[in-house]
Amino acid sequence: MSQTIATRRPMTRKSRRLVMIGTALAVLAVALGLVLFALRDSIVFFYGPTAIAEKGIAPGTRLRLGGLVQPGTVVREGDQTVRFSVGDGNRTMTVAYRGLLPDLFREGQGVVAEGVLQPDGSFRADSVLAKHDENYMPREVADELKKQGHWQDGAKPK
Amino acid sequence: MLIEAGHYALVLALAVCIVQTIVPVWGARRDDAALMEMGAACALASFACVAFSFVALSHAYLVSDFSIRNVVENSHSQKPLIYKLTGVWGNHEGSMLLWVLVLTVFAALVALSRRSLPARLRANALGVQGAIAVAFLLFVLVTSNPFSRLSPAPFEGRDLNPILQDPGLAIHPPLLYIGYVGLSIAFAFALAALIEGRIDAVWARAVRPWTLAAWAFLTLGISMGSYWAYYELGWGGFWFWDPVENASLMPWLAATALLHSVVVMERREALKVWTIFLAILAFSLSLVGTFLVRSGVLTSVHAFATDPGRGAFILGILTVFIGGGLALFAWRAPLLRQGGLFAPISREGALVVNNLLFSTACGTVLIGTLYPLALEAAIGAKISVGPPFFNLTVGAIALPLLLLLPFGQQLAWKRGDALGAAQRLMAAFALAIVAVLATFAFARGGPVLAPIGVGIGAFVAIGAVVEISGRAFGRGVPLRVALSRALGLPRSAWGTAAAHFGVGVTVLGLAAAAWGTETLVVMKPGDRASVGPYVATLERVVPRSLANYREDVGVFALTRADGTSAGTLDASKRLYLTRNMPTTEAGIRTVGLSQIYVSLGEAEPGGIGVRLYYKPFVLLIWIGSLFMAAGGFWAMTDRRFRVGAPVRAAVPQREARA
Repeated sequence: MSQTIATRRPMTRKSRRLVMIGTALAVLAVALGLVLFALRDSIVFFYGPTAIAEKGIAPGTRLRLGGLVQPGTVVREGDQTVRFSVGDGNRTMTVAYRGLLPDLFREGQGVVAEGVLQPDGSFRADSVLAKHDENYMPREVADELKKQGHWQDGAKPK
Repeated sequence: MLIEAGHYALVLALAVCIVQTIVPVWGARRDDAALMEMGAACALASFACVAFSFVALSHAYLVSDFSIRNVVENSHSQKPLIYKLTGVWGNHEGSMLLWVLVLTVFAALVALSRRSLPARLRANALGVQGAIAVAFLLFVLVTSNPFSRLSPAPFEGRDLNPILQDPGLAIHPPLLYIGYVGLSIAFAFALAALIEGRIDAVWARAVRPWTLAAWAFLTLGISMGSYWAYYELGWGGFWFWDPVENASLMPWLAATALLHSVVVMERREALKVWTIFLAILAFSLSLVGTFLVRSGVLTSVHAFATDPGRGAFILGILTVFIGGGLALFAWRAPLLRQGGLFAPISREGALVVNNLLFSTACGTVLIGTLYPLALEAAIGAKISVGPPFFNLTVGAIALPLLLLLPFGQQLAWKRGDALGAAQRLMAAFALAIVAVLATFAFARGGPVLAPIGVGIGAFVAIGAVVEISGRAFGRGVPLRVALSRALGLPRSAWGTAAAHFGVGVTVLGLAAAAWGTETLVVMKPGDRASVGPYVATLERVVPRSLANYREDVGVFALTRADGTSAGTLDASKRLYLTRNMPTTEAGIRTVGLSQIYVSLGEAEPGGIGVRLYYKPFVLLIWIGSLFMAAGGFWAMTDRRFRVGAPVRAAVPQREARA
């Protein structure tokens, strides 16, 4: 490459700029393709239990489930498997999770669980998020509760 | 009284900053030296005011003055002294005050560097800095006053969020803020150049040390934040592609691109318009980051004390500065003259590719971070974009970047010799291949890609060594001559090599993560579990009670496969009493560069839940970042940037030529 440049007349400003712009466009096109490809495969939708029932989402779908951990439903089955119900006021859904729960996982708290919907209508989570601030309510969960009419802004613990 | 004085000092700083915004810019227009000097005086005065107000707030924290709402909400009289102090910025109001303090520190430093900056550039830059300070001081005073009183005053505070009661809070936010806000200097210089309609190598030489400083601090801030999250959150992860992490990564990517394009501008006076654009972009992204973190519009595990109402104000600031900056850019950039020519295969060409890849990476992270917001606004669906997206896109962009890095360093300015560069890198390439083969031979398990990652890391790190050795050693050059030649290389060359070496080291650490193990078990005292090449025995669980928390400590003994001891580690589950909030304190034992990481879970029917990780060579990830930052600092002290006067004398001729 260097030799061809050396033997040819030096490139003009215009042709050099064309090379630069051409490279830039090529890289951007590849990046855009990559982004679109990756977005198609790695976005995860967020639903509450009611939305899952209403939309008739097929088992096997990967999604994020959000809501409140229903009081009195947390059962530790040994071997670090935990079962609990997540509800949004209208419906509840049973979640099974194996692993360590976040520190602020409590009954009555808002959680977001990511995992796969099972054929029997339960949910198997592979990660459970509860943020590290005791006043925290995941925004998605708050919105979902508002939709179901079980949340007033004023009622937020301060 | 001190509190009211602190509050008043903030208002005074606002007034001074308004003067600082207007007078020096006006002076630069009229070429009035006295008016331009006003900028420096104002910058120093506003720094003094904000510093005083910061000290006033810190004092209230130290003496636990519970008549102040901010102290009540975030402090406790029993809290250890260091956390009383760091608690000042462990909340929204205080952290914004720290933001403004760092901003005025930088403005004051610009004001003091009279010798190395042309007067008009300095005056205009101080004006822009003043405008940014006005916006953020207004924000603090109007929406987040840290000095508001509470009556009646309670007897005890509500304590700081226990997650934040950690030495990490003393280190990570200040470093990150110095990095974020340091980019405002590059932004101010860029706008100053646009206002003047003139930009040259002197500009680049003036901007480069500030950008290097901001970049090095940002690198340290991000990597210390990552290490903090790693040991504090108890999940053993160091990067989650969480919105808050992305918010700090985007300005870093833009600043890295800026750092490299400034070099081209300084040496060759090319890429002027692009460099200005990057300078605007880098600071804009740090404003976007501040907005994302402070407003809580995106769900994150790291964001503390967010408030959507105040987010709107920051969104306003963001719009004004990004919009204003870009508008000025569109209007004035065509005035900037074109610079030097270069062939596609040359150092400049390589740096253009670097910039292209860094800004593309920055763009994909931006898309991935904001796509959920856009989709929700457009069709109301809530989604999250997970790590697979970022790993795939950023990984695909990083790969050519890392492979081309050593080549770029071997190319000459103006016109490079690709074949010669490849020949000079043969040794590095051969050693990298050896590293790949050795990894294949000795490592058990792990994905196939991991040894390739080791090879890439080795190639980059050895390539950085070749950067220096290639310039010092030659055929027939005696060792002593070569060594003195190496020592005589400019600091910026050493800094560059150190930073690039750090990149390779970090890549090695990331690749080694593939051989990590994770085990979930329920253990009773006396039980054993294997962690990588070690066996962990839970010896006992002891309860302990300290100033503001209670904890159950699991004491683990570690033994190697041959039965010899590898020390012990304590993992604990704490309960902070004031907030009734549990936290997990992971037990970490460092053996060489590897770590054994244990975190405790809940009590289970058959004992206690335990998560054990083996993290081989994990420390390399952060050691690499230390190399990068050290390289940045070392390059910053290069003689070229410190000595301004002779350079300035040379400028008129160079301009005449252009």
